Amino acid sequence: MDTLIQQLINGVTLGAVYALVALGYTMVYGIIGLINFAHGEVVMIGTMVAFTVIVSLAGSGMPPLLVLALGLAVSTLVCMVLGWALERVAYRPLRHAPRLTPLITAIGMSIVLQNVAMIIWGRNYITFPPMINKQIYDLGGASFTNVQVSIVFLAALMMIGLIYLVHRTRIGMAMRATAQNPQVASLMGVDINRVIAMAFVIGSALGAIAGCMVGSYYEIAHYQMGFMLGLKAFTAAVLGGIGNLAGAMAGGLLLGIIEALGAGYIGDLTGDFLGSHYQDIFAFIVLIIVLMFRPSGLFGERTGDRA
Amino acid sequence: MSAQQVLLEAHAVAKHFGGVKALHDVSLTIRRGEIYGLIGPNGAGKTTFFNCLTGLYKNESGHFVFDGARLAADAPHKAAEVGIARTFQNIRLFGNMTAIENVMVGRHLRTRAGVLGAITRNASTRAEEAAIARRAEELLHYVGIHERAHDYAKNLSYGDQRRLEIARALATEPKLLALDEPAAGMNGTETDALRVLVEGICRDGVTVLLIEHDVKLVMGLCGRVAVLDYGEKICEDVPAVVQRDPRVIEAYLGGSLA
Amino acid sequence: MSTAIKSLARHQHWLALLVVGVVLLLVPFVAALGGQAWVRIANFAILYVFLALGLNIVVGYAGLLDLGYVAFYAVGAYTYALLASPHFAIHLPFWVILPLGAGLACVFGVLLGAPTLKLRGDYLAIVTLGFGEIIRIFMNNLNAPVNITNGAQGITLIDPIRIGGFSLSQSSTFLGVTLSGPQKYYFLLVGLAILVIVINIRLQDSRIGRAWQAIREDEVAAKACGINTRNIKLLAFAMGASFGGIAGGVFSAMQGFVSPESFSLMESITILAMVVLGGMGHIPGVILGAVLLTGLPEALRYGIEPLQKMVFGRLLIDPESLRMLVFGLALVLVMRFRPAGLWPSPQRRRELSESTD
Repeated sequence: MDTLIQQLINGVTLGAVYALVALGYTMVYGIIGLINFAHGEVVMIGTMVAFTVIVSLAGSGMPPLLVLALGLAVSTLVCMVLGWALERVAYRPLRHAPRLTPLITAIGMSIVLQNVAMIIWGRNYITFPPMINKQIYDLGGASFTNVQVSIVFLAALMMIGLIYLVHRTRIGMAMRATAQNPQVASLMGVDINRVIAMAFVIGSALGAIAGCMVGSYYEIAHYQMGFMLGLKAFTAAVLGGIGNLAGAMAGGLLLGIIEALGAGYIGDLTGDFLGSHYQDIFAFIVLIIVLMFRPSGLFGERTGDRA
Repeated sequence: MSAQQVLLEAHAVAKHFGGVKALHDVSLTIRRGEIYGLIGPNGAGKTTFFNCLTGLYKNESGHFVFDGARLAADAPHKAAEVGIARTFQNIRLFGNMTAIENVMVGRHLRTRAGVLGAITRNASTRAEEAAIARRAEELLHYVGIHERAHDYAKNLSYGDQRRLEIARALATEPKLLALDEPAAGMNGTETDALRVLVEGICRDGVTVLLIEHDVKLVMGLCGRVAVLDYGEKICEDVPAVVQRDPRVIEAYLGGSLA
Repeated sequence: MSTAIKSLARHQHWLALLVVGVVLLLVPFVAALGGQAWVRIANFAILYVFLALGLNIVVGYAGLLDLGYVAFYAVGAYTYALLASPHFAIHLPFWVILPLGAGLACVFGVLLGAPTLKLRGDYLAIVTLGFGEIIRIFMNNLNAPVNITNGAQGITLIDPIRIGGFSLSQSSTFLGVTLSGPQKYYFLLVGLAILVIVINIRLQDSRIGRAWQAIREDEVAAKACGINTRNIKLLAFAMGASFGGIAGGVFSAMQGFVSPESFSLMESITILAMVVLGGMGHIPGVILGAVLLTGLPEALRYGIEPLQKMVFGRLLIDPESLRMLVFGLALVLVMRFRPAGLWPSPQRRRELSESTD
């Protein structure tokens, strides 16, 4: 029983992170139909920048919370610029190219970013300095930390903010209109370029925050960390129905929980034949099964072919 | 009417999109060898009916009996296999393939060569390929665009594209040819030529189901006509009777029916 | 065109083939002048030509985005490795295992493709990508509690391809010409590559090839023409998988060693990049892409270190990451300035010009 609660707690924490990253994928996909492969790398850069800021300010005598907030702010800013630049330099010139072309570009950008990060931060694991005094709370035999609480709280805050932005503001309305039909939206006076750039910028900001969360949760970072994280988050977005914001959030949370439960119980289920290092396969197995029965994801609307 | 005479029966076919009822228990019967017209105002459900018939949409209830057997829903290639070919309201050709290649794709269903045949290019595969090309050429002649055989489909004129789509549909050897607004966007001369073509197709033994906005064309061509309005069949009879039906006139809001 | 010019054009065709043939014949001997390492690089270039043309059937012809192609390559490689090595003390001959590996890869392709090929293209991309990762994770971890794959250490001492007493891994002399092991593999690989080229060419102009193109152009219209799109796509997917399986087997035999590291996602991406960068669906383009993307990293490997030392007097940046950086940038730049690939077919150029209208 305590394993169950413990894994649920871990799953929700992980899921909150996946959900934030998934939002970046789903926003871009919803508007221009591109799998932005480099998004995972943006998240990684976010973690790395936050790390650099925090480490260089750690000895300055500033209060740790302020240092943490600065790290978060700087990394968010850097990633927003990075996301904007990615769209402007790499993707915008290819908007009318064959479908696979921007995808290859995205893969290329992902390789570039990874290796730039490796040149800057080295090829070894980096220890993320703990800024918050970790406190451990007990819940029916399971435990959780204040770091986990802040992650979930912050993620929830971000999601509420995003929903407000998309449904209550002018730019949000423009985004929804563009996602429905770019041509008509542009006829109605929506600046498509601006909307697309905004999707990248907002997605990257959320990604940077998620990156900082991952860093402070696992307390390590690595130049290749963005890849798996991005892949899982994209899976989460597809799981929820890609292009659907609520779907990405639910998909992320669900994936986090499934993974945590899977890792906790796979040994028991298979008579110790498969161990917890198979954690990474759950995401994909669940994805394949879901798509078999719900081809548009759990919350995606079924869009039929129009004759 | 004997079973031999009937080609297609629709039994209470219903389809809705979300809360909107696009088709409400539509039943109709098409006889072999006739040209059957399906008309109605915009949004009456004509194309939806087509899409259910040809398996692009899955109808929620009701079913079709074609040539004595029940049609499987939701499987377009099976509809083509049993002998229902169609054209599309907004022409759907393979734009970057030549006219003749488009028709050759239509022969896919009635030919067999697989991967092994393609790789080894054995005698039977070569013979089949030659037969496909020959038949495609004949069909281009038949619809009257053989001079354009090696032009890319997307470079053909609008009227020629409509004809090419018909040739491609005929290549599947249909028993029923379903034409979705073939005269849309055509001028008078082109429409007249189309009428001659459709009559010829029917004379050559293919039953035709025609959706059309051009009421004059429908009344001139079709043996019987059904009228859809708001997804319901409001009338089905010979053109002369349909034209005078008050429900039909009302549906068209006093539009120029006669 | 007059018949004289026509026949000249025809002769040129044959002449070009002859030149290519002579060059192909000379490559292993010229490369050997710089050491057997260069012959091995040539071998890899041709192995990638084979893989890329296998993937071309899936991506270029059928228009399916497969991001996990390397999984099938891995299935072939491990099938060979497990059935022809001391690991299980099984030593089956290659003519049993290569078809077996191809068949097994094909089965995996069908199992994965059947439920997912009806999905939208991007979903297929992510599912195949996930499948590639699943296979890699299993290869990495299936060493306990029962040691099947030997985990991250991989499998060593894999048998070379051998016919009777004649082994492809040792050097031997024919008619006064001595061929090293890699040189012999070179000729095997060239033979396989020619085979896959012929298959690609013949499929393109066939009933199946037309059906693939029709699906790419307009799937709904293709269905209305009676094409069972799912089966036709599955056919392409399974064929591509089988080619991957064969390539994996040859890779195992040639290297004598396999480990999960060789089958990372990066490998799938590289093969896909070869197809797209060269010119999807266009055979000469794909070959160019494969040769370039095998050659470029090698050239960079040998070029970057001396260049840095010359310019800066010391190694400023780790050559490996610089190499990858250049690779990534090359992908971005080629896609930016040649969106249909370096050497696209006239067909694709048309498709592109249409979409930019």
